[in-house]
Amino acid sequence: MAERKEIEIDFGRVETERMRLNVGPQHPSTHGVLRLEVELEGEIVTDVIPHIGYLHRCFEKISENSTFVQVVPYIDRMDYITSMNNELPYVLGIEKLMGIKVSDRIESIRVIISELNRIASHQIAVATFGMDAGAFTPFLFLFRDREMILNVFEKLSGGRLLYNYIRVGGLLQDAYPSFKNDVLDIIRKVRETNVEIMNLLIDNKIFIERTINVGTLPADVAINFGCSGPMLRGSGVKYDLRKVEPYSIYDKFDFEVSVGDGKIGTVGDSYNRNIVRMYEMEESCKIIEQALKFMPDASEDVHATFPKKIAPKGEIYTKAENPKGELGFYIIADGKNKPYRVKGRSPSFVNLSVLPYISKGYMIADLIIILGSVDIVLGEIDR
Amino acid sequence: MTTKEIFEKLKNEFNDDVISIFDDGMVSEPFITVSSKNLIDIMLFLRDEKGLMFDYLSCLSGVDYKENFTVIYNLFSIEIHHRLTVKVELPKDNPVIPSVELIWRSADWHERETYDMYGIIFEGHHNLIRILNPYDWEGYPLRKDYKAPEEYHGIKVPY
Amino acid sequence: MGLLDRLDNPYDVGPGILLGTVEDLLNWGRAKSDWYMSFGLACCAIEFMAVNAAHFDFMRFGTIPRPSPRQSDFMIISGTVTLKMAERIKRLYEQMPDPKYVISMGSCSNSGGPYWQNGYHVLKGVDRIIPVDVYVPGCPPRPEAFLEGMVKLQSKISHQAMFRKRQDMSQEDLDAIHNRQVEIERQFQEFQKVQQELKH
Ligand code: SF4
Repeated sequence: MAERKEIEIDFGRVETERMRLNVGPQHPSTHGVLRLEVELEGEIVTDVIPHIGYLHRCFEKISENSTFVQVVPYIDRMDYITSMNNELPYVLGIEKLMGIKVSDRIESIRVIISELNRIASHQIAVATFGMDAGAFTPFLFLFRDREMILNVFEKLSGGRLLYNYIRVGGLLQDAYPSFKNDVLDIIRKVRETNVEIMNLLIDNKIFIERTINVGTLPADVAINFGCSGPMLRGSGVKYDLRKVEPYSIYDKFDFEVSVGDGKIGTVGDSYNRNIVRMYEMEESCKIIEQALKFMPDASEDVHATFPKKIAPKGEIYTKAENPKGELGFYIIADGKNKPYRVKGRSPSFVNLSVLPYISKGYMIADLIIILGSVDIVLGEIDR
Repeated sequence: MTTKEIFEKLKNEFNDDVISIFDDGMVSEPFITVSSKNLIDIMLFLRDEKGLMFDYLSCLSGVDYKENFTVIYNLFSIEIHHRLTVKVELPKDNPVIPSVELIWRSADWHERETYDMYGIIFEGHHNLIRILNPYDWEGYPLRKDYKAPEEYHGIKVPY
Repeated sequence: MGLLDRLDNPYDVGPGILLGTVEDLLNWGRAKSDWYMSFGLACCAIEFMAVNAAHFDFMRFGTIPRPSPRQSDFMIISGTVTLKMAERIKRLYEQMPDPKYVISMGSCSNSGGPYWQNGYHVLKGVDRIIPVDVYVPGCPPRPEAFLEGMVKLQSKISHQAMFRKRQDMSQEDLDAIHNRQVEIERQFQEFQKVQQELKH
């Protein structure tokens, strides 16, 4: 056998050159059509300029030209992973303008499905984040479970991805008889899988090494940048619209606002942002359980409170806690059947704007991790 | 704090720059209208004054009314949990307003978007270029008199 | 007819032997291992991810995602194509090696979908910039619908003519081929003559 020899190489002074690199808009790990113009010094990221708008679908112009009811399907298509959550603030806003009160059953169905959708969204977020870090198996596990949630949504609304289910003054149709059992099944399954994912991915040494202390975002900066959702809570700020300004019937339920605790890594890094999503799935399960108890059993006419004519007057900024953060709509209605102006304040749009700040000084490979931990959806950024 | 109290407080501090308050006590959101002249000071006051502490700019939107352009700021205080809507009216022929980017950095992209959609110029913004539409796009799409182009780079646009 | 279809009606040449054309064989190979370019545009891409995942298992069609257009056989336009993106898509398509195919997934890339009327920034159908082989309707299409589209694409590939058939050629082409053969023959003989002379 040959003897091992120590080889000494004198690298001298390694000269690096500034380089501009384009990531996207069709790069597989930009989660859509996002283009990042990255400036590199060797392998260190010195600047990131996000270029967005590759999916700009003119939501605001279209909504000015369609009636209040017709806007809802377009809102579905804004953040296409969490359609149910998207519909909620818009519908609540119109209902508030028109002074409509809906029954307890409708409210609780709304809460249940939006929490289910929150779980589905977080599942995708964790799955794709895992994929960015090089773990493919959690992706398959989580998508298998997400299929169960989609089945329930399909039974409710007929669509797998875009539902148009929550209507002004009610729902498309009442829950089917075995709805409760199906949802309980899902919760059981989600909890099982979450334990599995914890063992497989979150507590994995490689995953931890890859994600801790990467892309740290301090709390005051996060607030100043207007971040919301897991991005803000990962930085340790207890800000959740479901608790701060409870809408719908969220004030009836008992749940915790989960924040990044920094048990592993530092508060506000990619790992903490991700773990918040895992905690939130558990909290959502709790809310769903309580809402199922709260929901009246007798089925009823969910069209009873439908308004005859939707022509509100006034202005309102209506917001709700989406899985990605605070989704708000500024609606100006001037008494006609079409809105005068609808502005969508989408959480991903604001969350992404912090990317240049948090990714400077890290390696180019970490940039993908940071982007994955922000959890963006391009349909919502570009609208 | 309610919008009325905030209005009183602002009026004491800035007299004429704070123009009016709308609060019909109904569902519609109450708002304060201020002039664009002293906007930076007013916003800094709103952010830093004890008891106001609006540290979070939720939303910034532009509106094309018949008579003027309006920029709307939706503020929120994470510390005290209250909200406020501030409106600034701009003339149609010369829509220029100071940028609040240095007060809340979330305004950066919102202002670029408003510029992109309405052509409202935010003075003092470090990088006021289009954000959603292509950089060589013509016209401001959300203005009410906007006409979609027939062709873009040789591709037919209308259906 | 694909190669394996012949198994139902084999020529009588004994067990284990399959008679077919070279074209069939090549097409059979091509149709059963298509590599696609993995990129997503909008909502339809999420359904496409579902197709990829455990439940619908897209890989059983022999498809493998490739991140680079240089290595891929077909492209899936999954979602809304905007004007800003249109030129990029065209460039990506041009970067793919021939033969290449395109599946247009969803109403948006078929025709503009829900954005056909007021979408000033939406391309009303991806077939305005690149040729499309299979259209899958739906907003979004169900995974089953997409798989059907994939089957359609495979059958299209396996029925494609790679070589020109003699009976389909015009007289001019046949003459040209004949002349070319005569020319090659003449060149070969000259070459041999030169070789002979060199030997001496
Ligand atoms: S066809 Fe429908 S689901 Fe597909 S990208 Fe267009 S809007 Fe989204």
